[in-house]
Amino acid sequence: MTAASRSWPEEIFAALAAQDVRQVAYVPDAGHKELIERCAAEHTITTVPLTTEEEGVALLAGAWLGGQCGALLMQSSGVGNCINMLSLARTCRFPLLMLVTMRGQPGEFNPWQLPMGETAAPVLELAGCRVFDLDDAAEAGATVAAAGRAAFEGPAAAAVLIAQRVVGMKTFGGPGDD
Amino acid sequence: MTDPGRSERYPLRRRAVAGALLEARGDLLVVSGLGAPTWDVAAAGDHPLTFPLWGAMGGAAMMGLGLALARPERRVLVVTGDGEMLMGLGSLATIGVKRPANLAIAVLDNERYGETGMQATHTAGPADLAAAAAALGFPVTGTARDQAELEAAVPAIRGATGPVFYDIKVRAEDLPLVMPPKDGVLLKDRFRAALLGKGAGI
Repeated sequence: MTAASRSWPEEIFAALAAQDVRQVAYVPDAGHKELIERCAAEHTITTVPLTTEEEGVALLAGAWLGGQCGALLMQSSGVGNCINMLSLARTCRFPLLMLVTMRGQPGEFNPWQLPMGETAAPVLELAGCRVFDLDDAAEAGATVAAAGRAAFEGPAAAAVLIAQRVVGMKTFGGPGDD
Repeated sequence: MTDPGRSERYPLRRRAVAGALLEARGDLLVVSGLGAPTWDVAAAGDHPLTFPLWGAMGGAAMMGLGLALARPERRVLVVTGDGEMLMGLGSLATIGVKRPANLAIAVLDNERYGETGMQATHTAGPADLAAAAAALGFPVTGTARDQAELEAAVPAIRGATGPVFYDIKVRAEDLPLVMPPKDGVLLKDRFRAALLGKGAGI
């Protein structure tokens, strides 16, 4: 497969593999479906399904204590669940790489997604995370590679916010949906 | 009916329990949950392969899971309290799914929030943490209420094929604080240096 024909999740997977990521924790999101499946199929990676996103912040701190790098996958609503646990990353300077698929951006059909969609980036910055915007699928690999370097070479907390237009807009087939 | 004063009469004393859990610890890796369990583990002896949490309430068991998955050849013990465990109750479901054989969780359960005025936790009422762990997939679970039950539990906590979960009922008591270092970067770096040597990249 050539780089030009790889999907954006495949580009992200390649960036994670290049960073020697060994633990991938997630609360599922439709936008992360392909990446989760790709990670689960990779024998060097342990995937950890979570009941709530802050579990992943603590999990990956433990992984780093044990000498492994990891990544935490969630959607924007999960950012709010993480706030107090992010104090672990900030106080101890643990590396933390978060890949956040955005909801609540222009075109969102569900108004309940708007609060965290609108506040995920500033909330993460207030909590001490570097935020990397991923607005173009063609930049997926490079953006995750840059965030991974920020996280693991820092060490620091870094979040990639994957725009809804990269992921594709979710609809429930309402009026005007195509 | 719950007797709100019952844990003031429990025979096991938390500092002695921590000492028993950590006796001749060898190459054991330890995470302690915030509050009294961190003071109890410090009282048993500060150690570079202990990561004492001073915050991040609800995260102790998950830190233990990440560490256990990263180092499957090493025994990992999480020593935490009932309030901290209740905040991370979902993590027991997550651990039950991954079933790390090398992870054990010991809860020093005084049925109180000890750092905030000894208010009752849910374990003073109907909540049974060991039953929850069993229901969520832990193959080895139990509750220890006296010295004989503690002595039966310690070998399982230290060596049984896990994940292991024990709820250890301890007396509600105010004890002098014994504090480990609280600089998080120091705690992280010394743990990695002790475990990983030059691989820690410090």
